[in-house]
Amino acid sequence: MDLTIFLIQCLNALQYGLLLFLVASGLTLIFGIMGVINLAHGSFYMMGAYMAYALAPIVAATFGGGFFATLLVGVVLAVILGYVLEWAFFSFLYEREHLQQVLMTYGLILVFEELRSLLVGDDVHGVEVPAFLAGTLPLGEMMTYPVYRLFISGVCLALALGMYLVFTRTRLGMMIRAGSTNREMVQSLGVDIKFLYRVVFAAGMAIAVLAGMVAAPVSSVYPGMGDTVLIICFVVVVIGGIGSIRGALLAALLIGLVDTFGKVLLPQAAGVLVYVLMALILLWKPDGLFKAG
Amino acid sequence: MKTSILRTTVIAAAAAALTTAASAQPAAKLKVGLMLPYTGTFAALGNAIENGFKLYLAEQGGKFAGREVEFVKVDDESDPSKATDNVNKLVKRDNVDVLIGTVHSGVALAMAKVAKESGTLLIVPNAGADAVTGAMCAPNIFRSSFSNWQPGYAMGEVMAKRGIKKVATITWKYAAGDESVRGFKEAFEKGGGTVVKELNLPFPNVEFQALLTDIAATKPDAVYTFFAGGGAVKFVKDYSAAGLKKTIPLYGSGFLTDGTLEAQGADAEGLFTALHYADSMDIPKDKSFRLAYAKTYKLQPDVYAVQGYDAAQILGIGLKAVNGDTSKKAEFARAVEAAKIDSPRGAFSLSKAHNPVQDLYLRQVSGKENKLVGIASKALSDPARGCKM
Repeated sequence: MDLTIFLIQCLNALQYGLLLFLVASGLTLIFGIMGVINLAHGSFYMMGAYMAYALAPIVAATFGGGFFATLLVGVVLAVILGYVLEWAFFSFLYEREHLQQVLMTYGLILVFEELRSLLVGDDVHGVEVPAFLAGTLPLGEMMTYPVYRLFISGVCLALALGMYLVFTRTRLGMMIRAGSTNREMVQSLGVDIKFLYRVVFAAGMAIAVLAGMVAAPVSSVYPGMGDTVLIICFVVVVIGGIGSIRGALLAALLIGLVDTFGKVLLPQAAGVLVYVLMALILLWKPDGLFKAG
Repeated sequence: MKTSILRTTVIAAAAAALTTAASAQPAAKLKVGLMLPYTGTFAALGNAIENGFKLYLAEQGGKFAGREVEFVKVDDESDPSKATDNVNKLVKRDNVDVLIGTVHSGVALAMAKVAKESGTLLIVPNAGADAVTGAMCAPNIFRSSFSNWQPGYAMGEVMAKRGIKKVATITWKYAAGDESVRGFKEAFEKGGGTVVKELNLPFPNVEFQALLTDIAATKPDAVYTFFAGGGAVKFVKDYSAAGLKKTIPLYGSGFLTDGTLEAQGADAEGLFTALHYADSMDIPKDKSFRLAYAKTYKLQPDVYAVQGYDAAQILGIGLKAVNGDTSKKAEFARAVEAAKIDSPRGAFSLSKAHNPVQDLYLRQVSGKENKLVGIASKALSDPARGCKM
């Protein structure tokens, strides 16, 4: 492998890692801050992808908007939906044991899959990359790199920065962090913890939906897409440390590297390398790379 | 003494009367077990197969050999780990007369194993695992679709004839991918070409970037690939986005562009694939089939619908020969082996191992269709390696 190819593979790894972070950050938020194992996270991602497919013509017809308008509409819908879902289902899960959370959210996966089948059907769909992002950058004489993938990486970095700023520099972030460590104390200090959790959940869902919408042009939209994503998201969260955004970012980048170079150097083992990585890291640091916060 | 003879005669007479009465009743319903993917990445294929099957049944007035049909459906979720349990549900719990399934080769292999042991009639309407009509072949197992080897071999012949010398292959590491590439390699190397690199990634992983970079680094003359469903859409789009479509021509087994053209858009334009079906054939049976399918389901049929339709045809032909009696397995098999199946893909017959002996067509993507360009391989028969029948 010569230097150019090595660098291109590093770029591939970085881009995949950032995409993973984009998708997994919503999960670590909900899992870390609220202690709820949300198996339906993959379904939220799928919802985002199908929204990108289904909303684009509607948004174009009513607002005349393009890609960013669709993203905005999707995020707004996700926040509303997240608020309702939290109120209807998830608010019952906070004090429960993990098994009950798994059962409830697994049930939600099945419901969302069937709803998807009823509303949009079972066909595979593609979402067009918006025209102004559809260019490519040449890399050497043989290959080009799609600009859109760089855009996705940019969105991930912006999101990571945004979350960091909200958590460390705002009152809301401070309350969220406090609420995750001691719910009762925060309540007795006069903060409406129920409303807070609802906001965090809505944000987590909105991030997942945004990830699905942004990734849709490169991942194609098909039934069952949520399940594959869900497993890798949990690996990211576990390796990174539950509740740690920093950890999720580092874990995602590590997985990106292992997966990319594993595919090229050790294709027979490519399927298990990520899990081997997880096992090794847990042996070294049983709580994941970073503590919550 | 006298009472017992009298009793026996009365019982015998009663039994005879009842049997005649019973056979005067309408024949028992034929239980058809449909084990197909109704959820997951192959859901659309499962639906197409069922639609095709039911279309043929409707054309026969809803009956096979005078027997009405009762369907029992099981969603196999394309999951090989649940496959044996799912098949046993149909064979042991529901006592189906015929098994129809499935799409995923791993699941189909489990079905073939159970069918071989229990003797239940099995007609495979898609799964191309070579072993189904190879090492696992049996007198009660039939296939209406293809073997993974066939489209690969046909494409290998075509690419060798075009003078292509160095090829890299890429696919998922599972039965269908491995066998497709093996078939391709066999024909391509026989024709004087070399496979310089064989790339694969675990099923159903769709992160291709690393391997696309590897292909660019290897610089082959062309690439042969097998992907299907959602993976095929992503691969074609990624291949084009990486700029490889212009520099390294992409060839594939037909599933790369079947049922996926709407999603792939301009990225699939001009791609050559080999399959036993195409979108614009000049075959009268195909034209009437497409019309009937579109009228009934408000959808365009694809190769999966044709395979489902032909599975029903095979069942119909066999049942007609045995008058609806599914226990007459040998006569069923003989009738089907001798028959010429009037398929929308063109008439075909089954090999000794019960796999279609058919023309493989060379197609090129033009607009939103896989246009027929020529015949890649005429009357290609899978070698049925390992079959002892």
